[in-house]
Amino acid sequence: MAVRRPYVRPFEPGWWRRNPYFVRYMARELTAPFVGLYALILLSGLVCLALGRAPYEAWVAILRTPASLVLHGVLVAIFAYHSFSWFAIMPKTMPPVSIGGHRIGAAAITLAGLVAAAFCMLAAWFVVQAVA
Amino acid sequence: MPDGRSITLDILRYDGARDAKPRVQAYTIPFTDDMSVLQGVQYVKDNLDGSLAFRWSCRMAICGSCGMMVAGIPRLACRTFLRDFAPGPLAIAPLEHFPIERDLVVDIGGFMDKLGQVKPWIEPRVARALEEGAYRQSPRELERFESFSHCINCLLCYAACPQYGHDPKFLGPAATALLQRYNLDSRDGASQERMEAAHSEEGVWSCTAVGYCSEVCPKAVDPANAVNRTKTESAIDWFARFVRGGE
Repeated sequence: MAVRRPYVRPFEPGWWRRNPYFVRYMARELTAPFVGLYALILLSGLVCLALGRAPYEAWVAILRTPASLVLHGVLVAIFAYHSFSWFAIMPKTMPPVSIGGHRIGAAAITLAGLVAAAFCMLAAWFVVQAVA
Repeated sequence: MPDGRSITLDILRYDGARDAKPRVQAYTIPFTDDMSVLQGVQYVKDNLDGSLAFRWSCRMAICGSCGMMVAGIPRLACRTFLRDFAPGPLAIAPLEHFPIERDLVVDIGGFMDKLGQVKPWIEPRVARALEEGAYRQSPRELERFESFSHCINCLLCYAACPQYGHDPKFLGPAATALLQRYNLDSRDGASQERMEAAHSEEGVWSCTAVGYCSEVCPKAVDPANAVNRTKTESAIDWFARFVRGGE
């Protein structure tokens, strides 16, 4: 009887470059730290607000600098992709949803998520405009 | 009948008794529009090289035996057609992330161990004597798990899963789909026992929601959904332990 000698292929570090699906997945993962980073920026604003008027106005002044505005433009694009990629996979993360005995399709769930995200973004925009 | 067209298959070969590592061997074969990749490798074995090893059985996407990497993507060879890749060369390799036993045959022992961990059978919630008749189930109760019962253990999902490639101890997509298939069954009473296999990091928590397992599944089982729903249940169970007073 022949001796078994199974061959284990190495798991290459560049595995994700071979398939566009994996490239999109890695792009989603790459955008995640920026979401966390921006949460810290917003948190710092809250801390400044708690410290008083002058620190808060200084924080707002920093946000209004040209460099900050450019950064925000880039971040909006990054967050849009991050949101889209997560809502695209959302149907795979939840139990089936039925309304009136009819199961809601994956595309409808993704669309509902994107519409909700767009609504929240617009609502936040109007709130900021109202208080600015 | 062959109509004069041909395609070149670049098949990854490996024989542990002779080869230090896998090598690519090219075969040019005649093909027709209705020839599957499985029929292509069968042509090679029958006419060009009888030493080529591969698994197959039903030829109709039921048995799950003929999974292989076709043009870099995990597919069932019996439902993938040569015409879509002509004139080639078409790369054919054993399923990724599994040890190669020989040529296109992989070692699935690791998966078989995982399958045992999730107890892929019904442990009756309430034991009934034979004379009491069948366990009844409504269509709605069937619908809860039916899609997961379509799994044919073809293992394409494991070949598509980078987390499984990174850590072969990961319970993975198909085993978790079968875990859900039985946990969601109204007749079953062994959910907690199965969840023990899911709770650890090598259970379902290694999954980072890549989702490609569901993309390549030939039976629309959606194993990514099974894994992520199991994560939710595992998290609820973890918090519930505090309520119950810890274990």
